Amino acid sequence: MTIEIKAPTLPESVPDGTIATWYKKPGESVSRDELLVDIETDKVVLEVVAPADGVLQEIKKGEGDTIVSSEVLAVFEEGAISKEPVKSEAAAAAAAAVPAEDDEDKSDEAVLMSPAARKLVEENRLDPEQITSTGKDGRITKEDVINHMKAPAVKPQPAVAAAPPPAAPKPAPAPIIAPAGPRAEERVPMTRLRAKVAERLLQATQTTAMLTTFNEVDMSAVMELRNKYKDAFEKQHDGTRLGFMSFFVRASVEALKRFPAVNASIDGNDIIYHGYQDVGVAVSSDRGLVVPVLRDADAMSLADIEKSIRDYGLKARDGKLSIEEMTGGTFTISNGGVFGSLLSTPILNPPQTAILGMHKIQERPMAVNGEVKVLPMMYLALSYDHRMIDGKEAVQFLVTIKDLLEDPARIFLEV
Amino acid sequence: MADYDVIVIGAGPGGYVAAIRAAQLGLKTACVEKWIDADSKPVYGGVCLNVGCIPSKALLDSSHKYHEASHAFDFHGIKVGKVEIDVPAMIDRKQKVVKQLTGGIAGLFRSNKVEGISGTGKLLKDRKVEVTDKDGKKQTLSADNIILAAGSVPIEIPPTPLDGDTIVDSTGALEFQAVPKRLGVIGAGVIGLELGSVWSRLGSEVVVLEAMDTFLPMIDQQIAKEAMKILTKQGLDIRLGAKVTGSELKKGKAKGVKVTFEDKDGKKEESFDKMIVCVGRKPQTEGLLSDDCGVKRDQRGFIEVDDHCGTGVPGVYAIGDIVRGPMLAHKASEEGVMVAENIAGHKASMNYGLIPSVIYTHPEIAAVGKTEEQLKADGVEYNVGVFPFAASGRALAANDADGMVKMLADARTDRVLGCHIIGPSAADLAQTVVVAMEFSTSAEDIGMTVFSHPALCEAVHEAALAVNGHAIHIANRKKK
Repeated sequence: MTIEIKAPTLPESVPDGTIATWYKKPGESVSRDELLVDIETDKVVLEVVAPADGVLQEIKKGEGDTIVSSEVLAVFEEGAISKEPVKSEAAAAAAAAVPAEDDEDKSDEAVLMSPAARKLVEENRLDPEQITSTGKDGRITKEDVINHMKAPAVKPQPAVAAAPPPAAPKPAPAPIIAPAGPRAEERVPMTRLRAKVAERLLQATQTTAMLTTFNEVDMSAVMELRNKYKDAFEKQHDGTRLGFMSFFVRASVEALKRFPAVNASIDGNDIIYHGYQDVGVAVSSDRGLVVPVLRDADAMSLADIEKSIRDYGLKARDGKLSIEEMTGGTFTISNGGVFGSLLSTPILNPPQTAILGMHKIQERPMAVNGEVKVLPMMYLALSYDHRMIDGKEAVQFLVTIKDLLEDPARIFLEV
Repeated sequence: MADYDVIVIGAGPGGYVAAIRAAQLGLKTACVEKWIDADSKPVYGGVCLNVGCIPSKALLDSSHKYHEASHAFDFHGIKVGKVEIDVPAMIDRKQKVVKQLTGGIAGLFRSNKVEGISGTGKLLKDRKVEVTDKDGKKQTLSADNIILAAGSVPIEIPPTPLDGDTIVDSTGALEFQAVPKRLGVIGAGVIGLELGSVWSRLGSEVVVLEAMDTFLPMIDQQIAKEAMKILTKQGLDIRLGAKVTGSELKKGKAKGVKVTFEDKDGKKEESFDKMIVCVGRKPQTEGLLSDDCGVKRDQRGFIEVDDHCGTGVPGVYAIGDIVRGPMLAHKASEEGVMVAENIAGHKASMNYGLIPSVIYTHPEIAAVGKTEEQLKADGVEYNVGVFPFAASGRALAANDADGMVKMLADARTDRVLGCHIIGPSAADLAQTVVVAMEFSTSAEDIGMTVFSHPALCEAVHEAALAVNGHAIHIANRKKK
C-alpha cells in the first residue's frame, strides 16, 4: 500500500526546514526504521525514517528544497521488492572461493578487516575467507593475519611439472567464471599458494642451467608384460593393478644408480650425492597435481611402487598428503601423457637436478630393420641442470632408461 | 508481587546510572539514597558529584586559570596587574556546578520515572531492603532485584585523626575558605596530587608525604618519572618513603598541625596550617548488610562478586567502589549498565581490561591497558613508540608542550597493548586509543588512520607510527 512520507510537525518557533540529505534513492528498497532523509531547521536536524519495509517510490522534495510542517516529502510503497537488477556476475562471484568481480566490493561486504589487516592481505595475496577472525563482529585484525601467515598451511613442495596448474591439497576453487560482457576483464589476486609456486618456478628457471634432452621408447615390451601378467599380478598383490609407473620407477632407479650425478642435488657450491633414491611421482587428483615421494625406491618391488602410488593418489584426492610425504626426493617423474601431452620440457624441481617426463603412448610407424612397423611409442624427456650434469651423462641416462624399458629383463638382470 | 523490579541502594555514579538504565529498560525502579542537604532534600550523585570528581575538577580548572593568569599570560604578551583569588567565590562557583549536576540527576530520575527514596538502605534477606529515613522511621521494601552501590569512604589513619578543620579529608580540602600558607598532603596518589595542585597553584607551599618508595607505582613508570619532574617543577614538594607516625594539633593564634614522620634518613617533622589525609578509600558497607542477607565480603571489606557483579545471592548485585576493581566512577557506571541490562534479560558484559584512568593534574595523565612494567613482568615482547608534545605544533602554539604519548604494542602482532599519556587533554586523547583497542587495533591501524592537523591528537598518531619506527615528526630510535 502506498504511504506518503511527510515532514514531521515542526515546533511552533520553527517556520520551515530544508531537506539536507536523502539517504535512499527512488527504487531503492528500505527496511522499517531505516533513515530516509535529514531535514535541517534553525534549531535542529530532524530525521525521518521509513515507516515499514518497502521501497521508496518517488521523491517529491529534493535536497535543498524548503519544506513546511507535515509536507509530503516522498511516496513510499510498503512491502514492494526493489526492482534493481540483481547482478548475475556478483551472484556467481559470490559462489567462488576466490574473490571475483570487483574484489574490493566483495571484501568490504563479506569480510570486515582493519586497515592494516587489509594491507597485509593484499600484499600477501591472501584469501580473507581463509583467515580466522577474532576482532569485534568477526573483523579480521592485523594479529589474525599475522597468525594466519605464521601457521604452515599444508603446502607441498609445489609440483613443478609443466601440465595442469599446481594446486596444493586445498579445497579446489570453484571454476573461475570468465568475466562476461564484451572485452570484460577480471582482476583476481593470486592465491598465496599460486604465488609461492610461481616464485619457485621462476627460481628454478633462473637459478639453474636447465636443458632438456629427448628420446623415445618402444613400449611394446612393457605392454606385453603387462597384458600377460596383469591378472596374476592383481591377484597376487591384493588387487593392486600393474601400471606403467612401476616400470618407469624401477628403470629410473637403475639408471640413477649408474649415473649418480643425475641423483644428486646442488646445495650452494656443494654437490650432494645421495646414496639412496627417493623418487617423486607426480600424481594427479581432482585437486591438482602433487608430487609425493617414494622413499628408497630401490628397495621397493613393482607391487610396492604401484601400491604406494595408488595410496598417494587417494590421499592426494582427499587432501590428506602430509608435508613429510611431499618433501625431499632426489629425482622426479612426471607424466604428462595422461592428459595427452606428446612431448614437453618438464621444469626442474629444485634442489633436484633432473626430472623425467613421460608422455602419451602413441602408435607411430617406425622403421625397424628396414621395415615399417606400427609401434606404441612414448617420447621421453629429461630436463637436467647442466651445471651438475653433462650433456653426455644426461643423454646416456635417458638412453639407459629407454633400453631398460624396451627390454625389461635388463631391469631384473641389472644390465 | 514485589514492590519494585529493581531497588538500587546508592545514587552515586554507579547507582544512579544503574537506576536510569533499568528504568529505560522498562523495569520499575527505585533508588535509595541517604544523603540529604541542609533542607533535608535528597542529594543525588554520590561522592563523585558532590565531594569528589566534579568539585575537584571545578577547583582544578579555577586554580589553573589563576595560575595561567599569574604566571603564563606574560609569555603571550598579555599584561595583567596583580592577579588575585577570591577563595570563597571560587568555592561558591564550584558549589553551583555541583548543584546543577545533582539537580540534573533528580531531573533524569523524574523523566525516567525512577523513584528516589530518601533514607539509608540496608539489604535484608529474601530480596528485601530496609530503608531508614532521617527521622529514624523504617520501612521494608521488596524487589525482584537489588543493586548495592553504596560507594566508598576515605581511609583514616591513626596518626592523623581528622578534626574537620585543620586535619581534613578530601571533602574538607574542597571547602577551605582561604589559601593555606603551608599545606601538608598525606598520600601522593591521585587525590593527593590533584588537591595538592589546586592549593599549590593558588599560592600554598605544599608538601606531599608518601609512605611508598615508588611514585605512582600503578602507572607506567616512564610517565610517572616525567610527572614527578613536572609536578616538582610546579612547586609540589613530594617526599617518598615518608611514613607519618603522629600529629599534634596546635590551637590558638598559630593554628596548625605538626606532623612527625620517618624516612630513610630518620625521624622528621613538618608544620602545616592545614593537612589533607588522602591515603586511599575503602568500601562503605557499614549498615548496608544485615547479618543474614547472604552477601559475602572479602578480607578488605569489598563485596565478593563474579564477572557480572552477581553476589551469589539470587537477585542481589553489587557495583562500583564496594566491589573489586579500580575505584573509578566510570567503572561503577558501566557496571551499573551491565547489571541493569542483564536483569532485563540482555547478555551484557564488561571489558575490565580496557578501563582508562586519569589523573587531572596539569599536564593531565591518562592511561589504558598495560604498562611497560606489566609487559616485562608478563614476559611479553613489545615495541614502544613515544612522541613528545614538545614536537607537537599545536601544543607549542598553546604554550602547553610538556609531556608525551607513549604507545606499547605486541612485537609479533603489532596489537596495541597499552597507551600512556601525560600532556594536554590526555584523557580525551587516550580515549581514542581506548576505542581503537576495543576493536583489537594494531599500531599500524592507528598509523593508517587520518588525524586532523594541527590537533593534539596527532601526537597519538605519531606515537603509533613510532612504535614501528617510522614517525614523521621526530627522529626514530633504531629498533633493537
